[in-house]
Amino acid sequence: MKVAAEKTSLDVEKIREDFPILKREVNGYPLVYFDNAATSQTPVQVMNAIVDYYSNYNSNIHRGVHTLSQEATDKYEGARKKIQTHFNAAHSYEIILTSGTTHAINLVASGFSALLQEGDEILVSALEHHSNIVPWQMITEKTGAVLKVIPMDQNGELVMAEYDKLLSEKTKVVFVNHVSNALGTVNPVKEIIDKAHKVGAAVLIDGAQAAPHIKADVQAMDVDFYVASAHKMCGPTGVGVLYGKEEWLKKLPPYQGGGEMIATVTFEKTTYADLPHKFEAGTPNICGGIAFGAALDYMNAIGFDEIAAYEHELLEYATQKLLEIEGVKIYGLAKEKTAVISFNIEGIHPYDIGTIVDKLGIAVRTGHHCAQPIMDYYKIPGTVRASFSFYNTKKEIDTFIEAVKRAKAMLE
Amino acid sequence: MSNIKEIQDEIVDEFSMFDDWMQRYEYMIELGKTLPLIDEKYKVEENLIKGCQSKVWVHAELQGDKLTFTADSDAIITKGIVAILIRAFSNQHPSAILEADTQFIDEIGLKEHLSPTRANGLVSMIKQLKMYAVAYQTQLD
Repeated sequence: MKVAAEKTSLDVEKIREDFPILKREVNGYPLVYFDNAATSQTPVQVMNAIVDYYSNYNSNIHRGVHTLSQEATDKYEGARKKIQTHFNAAHSYEIILTSGTTHAINLVASGFSALLQEGDEILVSALEHHSNIVPWQMITEKTGAVLKVIPMDQNGELVMAEYDKLLSEKTKVVFVNHVSNALGTVNPVKEIIDKAHKVGAAVLIDGAQAAPHIKADVQAMDVDFYVASAHKMCGPTGVGVLYGKEEWLKKLPPYQGGGEMIATVTFEKTTYADLPHKFEAGTPNICGGIAFGAALDYMNAIGFDEIAAYEHELLEYATQKLLEIEGVKIYGLAKEKTAVISFNIEGIHPYDIGTIVDKLGIAVRTGHHCAQPIMDYYKIPGTVRASFSFYNTKKEIDTFIEAVKRAKAMLE
Repeated sequence: MSNIKEIQDEIVDEFSMFDDWMQRYEYMIELGKTLPLIDEKYKVEENLIKGCQSKVWVHAELQGDKLTFTADSDAIITKGIVAILIRAFSNQHPSAILEADTQFIDEIGLKEHLSPTRANGLVSMIKQLKMYAVAYQTQLD
């Protein structure tokens, strides 16, 4: 899973043809889209899958005997298979389709509220997104379990020696992101998982930021739960995945009640459906699930090794160019990181830089990136975050660098 | 002493001299830099309007029958707009502040900065100015 550094042979110009949005102008300038860590753009292949669904077989799945329903069910379950294959899960029923990463995390956290007791400990990392902290805080309030934090260092890397100290018999759940959304740090998840398992703790890895760049193999990682969102990997918003090991998914109680998740219902008792339907109450995002499958097809056809290698090239190029600007400070200097640069310019508020570069057609994100503890650690209000994807180019990075220089000149 | 509408027209006039957004922004940044700073002792939690992106501090004081505002922001573009708003609304009768709108911000091409989704604290700041006006209006009645 190392982010490769060798030169790539991606035909980026050809790839860009698949993304109509990259042709648009913003504020009179050609769009430069560097907010990929928030949401990636959508290729025509995925749009076609959506149009095909609504044009040809839109209907509710699973219970219908009519043709459209069967076709939709086949495609939806086919998408689940694609997701299973992509993440190398042992069984397709270990793949739960959710509305996204946040939903998936809440599903697991809520399930653990039935399993945790007072004094049990939950470990989360200092690099987490708010959506990773809040659900567990809610669970601690309910159960009396205690939330502990694995600290980070100046480079934005987790302090593994501290992790070792925090682990004990009391540790029941460890929750770490695979890649930090604010800094791009790739965490040593395999080591984290193995050590947690030694004390009998379950591990949930948030793959939202990793999945667009790194092909995770859940069996090789031996992870208990892995979650990701489609909209960060060329798919639509409103759909995501929870992978859970069969044994864990069986232990967790259902998250929501409704149709799809039941086997039999009387007013006295309901028997729940088998996996994965136990966790998929109500009509799911059928079209979204199918489009998620199409997005995985698209990315796999390009190849994740190729994507990682090319994005690494972009990261190195942009880092070098950015550091040539006086006063630039980059946050997050982990040895292994994805194509994300979080930075500030001395004496200038990140919001001001974001506003000026937007006027020049460039989309970056500014603020605390829903990771306030990281910003508190560095004692800054936020950063400017540029995040790259395989359809970005060095030429776009040049445009961005010029825009940052212009903003700096205006704001100083 | 000009009323709010006159001051707003004056600001619209000033901005109409610029040909492009760059010049407008440069002027706005300049205004931000020249904004008389809020007294440090008023830069406290109670006067802080938390935006997700930038922070704004506002302090209000009644002088005679006029309400005056001082303010600050940690982001210079936000501060520029704060300066414009303060210029229009400060040192006016609370009832005039209550009646006034912020249409002139649209006219000078800075509408996007007053979008609630921008989370820079400005929308809440305007609300806050009006709240002060309501509070002091009752004092004057």
